Amino acid sequence: MTPQSPGTPHELSFGHELPPEDPAVPGKGTIRVLQLYPRDMNIYGDWGNALVLAQRLRWHGYTPELLEYNVGDPFPADVDLIVGGGGQDSGQLVIQDDLLSRESTLKALAEDGTPMLVICGLYQLFGKFFKTRLGSVIPGIGVLDVETHGTDERLIGNVTVSSPEFGSILGYENHSGQTTLGPGVEPLGTTAKGTGNNSTDGQEGARYRNIVASYLHGSLLPKNPALADFLIRTAVERKYGSFTPGTPDDAYAVLAREHAARRPR
Amino acid sequence: MHAKAAGVRVPFLCWDILQSMLYFSVPLGKLVRRVSRLRGGGSALPGLVVEKVDPGFMQRTLSTLPLGVAVVSGTNGKTTTTKMVVELLESQGLKVFTNRTGSNFTRGVAAALLGEVDWRGRLEADVAILELDEAHAVHFVNKVPPRYSLLLNVLRDQLDRFGEIDKTAELLQHIASKTTGTVVLNREDPRVARIAGTLDGPEVLYFGLDDSLLSTFPNDDDMRAAPGSPVPAAPARPAADVVLRRVGADDADFEYDGGTVTTAMKLRGVYNIFNAAAALTLARAISGARGTGTDQAGLLTALSKVAPAFGRGESLVVDGLPLELVLVKNPSGFRLGLKSFPAAGYATMIAINDNYADGRDMSWLWDVEFDTLRDDGVDQLTGSRAYDMALRLQYDDVAIGAVDTEIAPALAAFIRGAQGKPKRIFCTYTAMLAIRRELSKITTVEVVS
Repeated sequence: MTPQSPGTPHELSFGHELPPEDPAVPGKGTIRVLQLYPRDMNIYGDWGNALVLAQRLRWHGYTPELLEYNVGDPFPADVDLIVGGGGQDSGQLVIQDDLLSRESTLKALAEDGTPMLVICGLYQLFGKFFKTRLGSVIPGIGVLDVETHGTDERLIGNVTVSSPEFGSILGYENHSGQTTLGPGVEPLGTTAKGTGNNSTDGQEGARYRNIVASYLHGSLLPKNPALADFLIRTAVERKYGSFTPGTPDDAYAVLAREHAARRPR
Repeated sequence: MHAKAAGVRVPFLCWDILQSMLYFSVPLGKLVRRVSRLRGGGSALPGLVVEKVDPGFMQRTLSTLPLGVAVVSGTNGKTTTTKMVVELLESQGLKVFTNRTGSNFTRGVAAALLGEVDWRGRLEADVAILELDEAHAVHFVNKVPPRYSLLLNVLRDQLDRFGEIDKTAELLQHIASKTTGTVVLNREDPRVARIAGTLDGPEVLYFGLDDSLLSTFPNDDDMRAAPGSPVPAAPARPAADVVLRRVGADDADFEYDGGTVTTAMKLRGVYNIFNAAAALTLARAISGARGTGTDQAGLLTALSKVAPAFGRGESLVVDGLPLELVLVKNPSGFRLGLKSFPAAGYATMIAINDNYADGRDMSWLWDVEFDTLRDDGVDQLTGSRAYDMALRLQYDDVAIGAVDTEIAPALAAFIRGAQGKPKRIFCTYTAMLAIRRELSKITTVEVVS
């Protein structure tokens, strides 16, 4: 909870917070989840992804520890899972230099197999570069072998992706940068509805080692628990050798997926 | 020879057509308006007809108003704020034209004008207060530069329509730049306050909040403030014409002209009361421009009596108990709604549609914290995205009664199950329309024409 300034009633404060933990559940271990730039890159419900990872970790019997990294912060040690989101253009400008200064750290974590989810803006900046419509080049950190070109066309709407690894993935896209994949990465899947990475090749997102990169908001993880559990399982196995799943109740997720899939583009 | 002949003939021909249109377009528009109302159809069709037949109609008619035109725009609270400005000015004896129908785009204004002008196209009013959607306001101000504009906020609302909130801020900047007299800005919304620096023509007035209330109005940049991160000290801000100092259960303190006044408020919700400060600022500017002085007591009495606009925190009566409809359109609005209307003692329903007017992207639900509903749970969920809402509540550990994507049976079950309790429904725009339709079958719902 955000500390209160004197005289401010408690109930008037804001700021995201995990629901209180159930003290009766014995923990199988702690997983440190790092949110990248939540202050500047959070425009499309990116908190939803962090919340789902934290709550599902609990439902699987593990203790989540949510960390944040913002511009100028020291980079936390012993990070088990990284999640980063989208921003609008102004947010991307704010983080750009700081991100480049963390290039070697993030590359090392990625090569080492740290599970990561990067959405939209950070997907682009995890690539090699973003070339704007006017021709200026914003360098990325090159963790992913992808490049993005700004366009005048905004790709907006509901998306369904078929993924060989995760089945059907549902989300919502809203971007004008178009991304093409190099040989160093695989697509996350192919679009059955919507556009995805770009308006030509029918591919959406990118996969590299344990990184999942995607344009999809929604938020992405709540309606795609298979993706969330892949990230969690990978993080737990890397830290504790094996993963013993719990039994999350995904009845609402199943129904939300069914109804979302029927909605128009 | 040729050229000269054409030069003589053409202007006459055009003048001729214009003359006939002037007398023809208003009766035609009025006729279409009557017919379309009989059919129960949309309010914009007659505006479309008159726009096609007589494109200068709106500009010509509005330019005759002695105190000019004021445009109210921004993401949240346009309808209630416009209603407040109108009622405040009416308390000063002014005759006000407004687009009451909620048709907040150019054709809607033309349609509303048709309802008010006499058969010769004359509008008997002192001033026009027009609520305009950000994107449509840009077209409107290009046709009719307003004397006043009131810019409320830039929140993440219809991102899928405008792309990005910085783009929305640019739309508001354009409205301000076309304003000839006074621009009223929200001092506490950085994207709105920043507009002042881009203006060199119009006078700028601000409405603002007491420091102690700032934390209740997160802008989209603050929304992900880290748990545990300190509240940043409020930076130096320009002086505001009207400052909201305190919000009580049924009253509020406003500061202006160097003094603080306490007034009773019928409006519910902190964000509505902040918009009252916005309305006061604009109404004071317009009333002051008459040069005949402002009736301060009348202004406050009018403010205390303002009731919420259509679906904006309005209270209906079902089975002898209140049923409140709270319109939620974006994360900040939903958060403010949850904080402004405590859940204890109430039965709660949430209705989330994803039609175009609601916004298709459900991401926004994940930017809202639902912890205030944790103690009492939510009795009923409905709307085309009821299961997205259920999933959201599940992840915030909020108990859920029943889920039904169909609004009519869900509403009936909610009312049946909550007998003896006051009720509250948080709903997106099209869900609210459907709920009102259903409610009108069982209770008296104010009809807006």
